Formats: sequence, C-alpha cells, structure tokens
Amino acid sequence: MKRSHLGHAVLGHGLAFLMFFPILWMIITAFKTEIDAFSMPPILFFEPTLSSLNEVFARGSYSKFVTNSIIAALGSTLLCLLFAIPAAYQMSFFPSKRTNGTLLWMISTKMMPAVGVIIPIYLIFQAAGLLDHIMGLVLIFFLMNLPLAVWMLYTYFKEIPNEILEAARVDGAGIVEELRFILLPAAIPGIASTALLCTILAWNESFWSLQLTASNAAPLTVFIASFKAAEGMFWAKMSGASMLAIGPIVLLGWAMQRHLVRGLTFGAVK
Amino acid sequence: MAASLQGQGGTAVAGRGLAKKAWSRQRWTMLALIAPAVGVLLVWMIVPLAMTIYYAFHRYNVLYPERFGFAGFRNFSLLLNDPMFWGAMGKTLILVGASLIVTVVLGIILALVLEKDFPGRSIARLMALAPFFVMPVVAALVWKNMLMHPVYGLLSWILGTIGLPVVDWFQNWPMTAIVIIIAWQWTPFAMLVFLTSLQSMPEEQKEAAWLDGANAVQMFFKIILPHLSRAITAVVMIESIFFLSIFAEIFTTTGGGPGQATTTLSYIIYTRAFLEWNVGSASAGGLFAVILANIVAIFLIRLVARNMQNPEKFG
Repeated sequence: MKRSHLGHAVLGHGLAFLMFFPILWMIITAFKTEIDAFSMPPILFFEPTLSSLNEVFARGSYSKFVTNSIIAALGSTLLCLLFAIPAAYQMSFFPSKRTNGTLLWMISTKMMPAVGVIIPIYLIFQAAGLLDHIMGLVLIFFLMNLPLAVWMLYTYFKEIPNEILEAARVDGAGIVEELRFILLPAAIPGIASTALLCTILAWNESFWSLQLTASNAAPLTVFIASFKAAEGMFWAKMSGASMLAIGPIVLLGWAMQRHLVRGLTFGAVK
Repeated sequence: MAASLQGQGGTAVAGRGLAKKAWSRQRWTMLALIAPAVGVLLVWMIVPLAMTIYYAFHRYNVLYPERFGFAGFRNFSLLLNDPMFWGAMGKTLILVGASLIVTVVLGIILALVLEKDFPGRSIARLMALAPFFVMPVVAALVWKNMLMHPVYGLLSWILGTIGLPVVDWFQNWPMTAIVIIIAWQWTPFAMLVFLTSLQSMPEEQKEAAWLDGANAVQMFFKIILPHLSRAITAVVMIESIFFLSIFAEIFTTTGGGPGQATTTLSYIIYTRAFLEWNVGSASAGGLFAVILANIVAIFLIRLVARNMQNPEKFG
C-alpha cells in the first residue's frame, strides 16, 4: 500500500514537472548570459547574472509596454465590472422569463471568432483614430470579456440569499444603497475572482493587440512577439522579458484556480 | 439613471393606489440596470458582423479604393475555387482536431493522476496548471527557440544524446510543432475541468464498482469515462471555439509556412486582409469562420441551456 502511494506521488510530481518544465527552463535562461544561453550541451550550473534582465529594463520602451498592458487590462476590467454588476444583479435577483434567454445570448456573443470581425473593427478604429491608441484596446478587451463577467457574477450573486437583500429593502434601502452596502460586501470574493479572470484574459490576449497596435499602444504581447524577428539572437533577453510578462499573471492565475472552471465553462461543467 | 434608482426606496412603501405606478417604475429601474450591458453587446455583435457581410459582397481593396463596387457572390466563388482556401480549411480542421485529441487525452490522464491524494499534490496541481496562464506569444517563442531549435534547442540535444535523429521541427513537422505548443497551453484547462468533474463523482459509485470486483480498466471505461462525458463535451466545444481562432502561435513561429503548411483559416484571412489589403476576400473568408464557430456554438449553448433548466446541478 505504502509503495503504491510513493509511486503515485512520483508519477504525479513527474508529470506536473514535465508540464512546468518549459517555464522553468525559461526562468533559468533569463539568468544566463547570451553566450551561456546558447551553449551546447545546455548547461544547468552557471553563474547567474542579472545582465539580460537589466538590458530589458534599460530599453527605454520597456516601461511603456508594461504601462500599456496594465492600462488595457485594468481599464477593461473596471469597465466590465461597471457594466456587468448591475446587469448580473438584475438577472439574479429579479429574473423575468427573458433572463435565461438574455444570458445565453450574451454568452453566444463570446463565440464570435475574432477573425470574422477584425476587418470592420480595423476600419472603424482607423476612422475613429483608435488604431494604435490604448483606449482602443481597453474598449476591445472590455467587449471581449463583458459576457464572461456578467455570467460569472450572475452565478456568484445567485448564491447570495435573497432574504438579505429583502431585509435591507424593508428597512427602506434604495437600489443604490442595496447594491453598495449589502450586495457588494457579500459578493466581494466573487467580484474579485471575476476581475482576476478578466485581467488575465486581457493581459494575455494576443490577436487584437497584434492587429490593432503598433508602437504607441503596444502591450507586452506585442513587445515579446517582436523577438520573433531577432530569431535565435537574444534568448536570455527574450526569456527575461517573458518571465517578467507572465510572472504576475501566473501568480494571479494560481490564486484563482478554483474559480476558473466556473468562468470559462459557463456552467457547462459542475 | 441614478435619480430613477434613488426613488426606488420610497415606492416600496407606497399605498395601494400607487401600486401600478410603482410597478412601472420598478420596470424602468430593471431596464436601467441591464440595458447598458445588453446595449453595448448588441452593438458589438451586430455592427461588425453587418459590415463583414457588406464587404463580403463588395470588391474592395484598401490599396485601390477607386475600384470599390458591388461584387455579388464573386468573393465567395473566387474563394471556393481557390485551392489555397481549401488547403487552409483542411489545415484548420487538422489543427483543431489534433489539438482537441491531445488535450483531452492528456487532460484526462493528468486529472486522474492529480485527483488522488499524495504528499505535495496541491503544488503538483499548480505546476501542471501554470502553462494555461502563459501568454501565447511567450509559449510559442519559448518552444520554438529554446526547446525546438534544430541546433541549440534542448529537445534536439536530448534526441541527439539518446541517439535519435535530430528533428528540425518547424521545417519538417511544422503542424506537429504548433499542435504541441497549443496542447501544452490547453491541456491544463482540460485537466482542471476534468478535476472539477471528478470531484463531483459520488464515492459510493466507485466503492460499489470496486466491491463488484471491477478492475482499473473496467472502472475507467464503465464508471469514470461516462461520468466525464459531459465535461469532455464541454471541453471539446469550448476549445474548438478558441482553436478556430488560433493566430499568435502561428504568427510568431511559422508565419503560415513553410509554404502553406500552417496557413489556417484565421491565418489566410489575416494575410488577405493585412498583407494584400483585400477587404472583400478577407470578409468572405471571415464569414466562413463565423459559420464554423457557430456550428460549434449552437451545441455549446444548448448544453449550457440544459444545465440552466436543472438549477440543482448548475452553478
């Protein structure tokens, strides 16, 4: 019995390590010199150096990419919550016979492939001056994540007993007070994980950001994609930039892993 | 909007004669809550799609704007008679199909292994989940350069060391290489969904099967797989929708090549639109992508709708 336990643990950690290995290798490479990064056979033991990370930071534009990523992710997430919380509140506490249909329709808008509408969006953005403008990305990520945010918040709000809100209503609270002082505090965990998921998806989004931005509004995804041209030249620097770009998001993702399935499967799995 | 919401408190205690007025006020409040979200989504859904349909029926190249005009079904017939388009359709199906099979199979294996309790299991789960949060461009570049590079890549070194022929992945096996990258990113998602589903499996069911003398294989095919079937359906549909629009992984690795080897539907639309600036043709292609995605979406929405009817199972 004990033996099979040990075997299982080894198998579990082995498979998990294999999955994690490319990330680990990237982190290791980030602390190598460019020459060490290319050495054949690959070396595991080396003098770790911050030189490539320093070089990433030294490129003046790096902070601009980070700032753009942060504005696009947080801005779109804030807009999402602003639009989604009232809608989810209405649908979960005052459902009408149209509520289910509305929810399903909202989810279905998420299934429109981006390539199907990229041309009109590009032309509209061109006309509106939103091409390569950070507000354009904020807008796109907001629209992209809104159905998901409504859906996720709806499932969390459903878990809050209606009686709490009714009690407040009897005490004469208006809808605004009800939302602010009763619903929001009770729903903080759900709202937080919704916000996290929206942030992660916006941060990692790479189709719209590659098409709609060039230099001014380019987020980290575009910066890292630019390493494809310098193929094979700057692995340490590429790894350093990648590590910094995915680090915070992997941590956020780990923090919300329990809520991920709910957000991404629209309740198709439970 | 704020004013109409504020008034809500007073109407709750309104007298009988005011009931009708209160009711209509309530309706306006409800509408004000949901209308902004519905409104923006409605515009987001209808306007671009209508424009895509419009352009699909027009001759329009951004480089030659003076040649703009109604084209009827010409864009479609050109596309349907273009072997490159059908090649791209085939590549898309291969990419989506292969990635689905790999992620579902590996996802089930990982979920089964990581479901059982063992020391350090939660850390193992975090490690296995991590690739899902890696942005596609990073995943593509790390695999393409540091792992799959024919000379300096780690995989080449491993293959060479154990005496196997070294593969130039992106020259000789470009589609396989891209499927590997996609599978690496999406297997954790499948795993997570299957883990969730396995956790909802009643213990008694498993115990009863053990007592009946079922072996591990019977157990898997008779008990576990049927239980997972709904989760597998969901994973297949959600992943198909994402895989149909895979772009960054191809853009940063092969650029659609070598030749047309990895030019999928999304990629061919991209080249038509942003390299040739042929808006008409790209829009017609885009409509095909919309139709393909909708075929999957209809079934997914049905599954979600069915779950909404059973509130106790849903949430």
